[in-house]
Amino acid sequence: MAAPAPPAPPAPPGGARADRRVRFGHVLSAEWTKIRTVKSTFWTLLAGAVVLIGFSALWALAFSASFDDMSEHDRATFTPMLPTQVAFYFGMVVFGALGVLVITSEHATGMIRTALTAVPRRAHYLAAKTAVLGAVVLLVGIAVSFACFFVSQGILASKDLDGSLGDPGMARSVVGGGVYLALIAVLALGVGTLLRHTAGSVVAVFVLMFVLGIVGGFLPGAWGEKVNKVLPSNAGNAILSPVRRSDQLAPWTGLGLFALYTLAVLAAALALFERRDA
Amino acid sequence: MIKARGLTKRFGEKTAVDQAGFTVLPGRVTGFLGPNGAGKSTTMRMILGLDRPTSGDVTVNGRRYRSLGAPLREVGALLDAKAVHGGRSARNHLLCLARSNAIPARRVDEVLGLVGLQSVARKPARGFSLGMGQRLGIAAALLGDPGVLMFDEPVNGLDPEGILWIRTLMRRLAREGRTVFVSSHLMSEMALTAEHLVVIGRGRILADTGVGEFIDANASSHVLVRSPQAAELARLLAARGHRAEPGPDGSLRVFGAPAALIGDLAADNALRLHELATVQPSLEEAFMRLTGESVEYHAGVPGGAPPPNPPPARGPRPDGVR
Repeated sequence: MAAPAPPAPPAPPGGARADRRVRFGHVLSAEWTKIRTVKSTFWTLLAGAVVLIGFSALWALAFSASFDDMSEHDRATFTPMLPTQVAFYFGMVVFGALGVLVITSEHATGMIRTALTAVPRRAHYLAAKTAVLGAVVLLVGIAVSFACFFVSQGILASKDLDGSLGDPGMARSVVGGGVYLALIAVLALGVGTLLRHTAGSVVAVFVLMFVLGIVGGFLPGAWGEKVNKVLPSNAGNAILSPVRRSDQLAPWTGLGLFALYTLAVLAAALALFERRDA
Repeated sequence: MIKARGLTKRFGEKTAVDQAGFTVLPGRVTGFLGPNGAGKSTTMRMILGLDRPTSGDVTVNGRRYRSLGAPLREVGALLDAKAVHGGRSARNHLLCLARSNAIPARRVDEVLGLVGLQSVARKPARGFSLGMGQRLGIAAALLGDPGVLMFDEPVNGLDPEGILWIRTLMRRLAREGRTVFVSSHLMSEMALTAEHLVVIGRGRILADTGVGEFIDANASSHVLVRSPQAAELARLLAARGHRAEPGPDGSLRVFGAPAALIGDLAADNALRLHELATVQPSLEEAFMRLTGESVEYHAGVPGGAPPPNPPPARGPRPDGVR
């Protein structure tokens, strides 16, 4: 840094290090650097954790307080995961917001153009983003899901309603909650890639994951019940129940269906992303 | 080397770039000159694989950009200084780019030093001034030590010191044997930095030549004469077949006669001369003549009439840029 002007390279510049091929791992590493160097990642994850754990606690309190007033049927179908299941409806959108931001913040700032000149293979670009986001939210999501479980069980214990991880299906539903959050984030990334605008994408994810579930609950008749089960948020939510609920798909079927939705949105996003001008 | 053939981009009805063909060679600064909206940025975006050409193609070092294995090590580009996530620090921004192209992290600190941003390397980019943003963009372009460099309007919004810095940098990069392609709508800037010109107007390539040749081909020099007996002198010149146009301030603009001839003629006829100067045509003048019809948005003239094209250079400009 002492020399005011670096000496001109005698050989034609560039290409000197071109033997170092760029592999997918490099693109992954770049995306990891990106996601960890903006504060919004941390704050969004923290907000998601606070909302999910907080609502799990609140619903656990509510169920403990009014369990004796609940109907026979409601008492019979109660599981220790129910507070967390309800909390997910409110909290999961925050993880969706992170998925949206990962791509729309690049569109909003123009970073996307700089980024795509560095990684012109767009399929690689989107794949790396998906993988890094998915991995980050999976790890945080599993931790949050466990925290929700332990906090709510602590509260439910006052009424002897609590369960333990050794109960049938319990460990699966807690870990599955983390997987579900990761899929939500990835689906939101797909939505963000399609729409490119932060606000519009967040609203779209909110409608898809929250509003649609409420609408589904009002659908009449047997067909309404069927449709309600396959709506994204209800399908994905099934994984959180230790035993199959009559109003939901089987846990793995539900999560599998949600994964299919995610894949479909990602495929559409990639197709458009490849074709569109940046 | 950058090579475009039949490069065309249409946005709906509008043709932004129309059958553009040009070659940008290494070892010199090539200016990409055209009025606002002429298609410069679209062309550059197509070179970088950001926009898909409607037809035709463009290659860098013989390959399409999207097929380059490590693009940052072959091409460096400054498109838009603000194309940075504002929450990320300058160093982290460059680190993300470096990682994606297998460029060692130490190179990040090197280019930060090169553009003089070490002291703010860890500050979020959103607080950067336009000049600092421009330097960060240039640091990103230099990151992979590429053989091809592209700058879109690099001096826009810079202070004189920044402009001088960029000019020197571009010339140095070209001297090192790199291909340097710089777009601008500022003729004076191009006259100072570019050796070769690709001129674009309304999406069409109007010229692909040296700066000197471009001026010679598109504008002619004249001699500016001031004399209390201008009318008499004009008559004498006209009699010898030289065109002399009276200027608004009583001066004469003489075409086709060298200054020596005019001076001698005046002396022989005992006419007083107060000023006699050869005016070299400017790049600006040449550019205006060539692109007069291809300017996208003509400014209206107060009063209504559309401006004449080509607008003649107003007033004497003895310091014609050359």
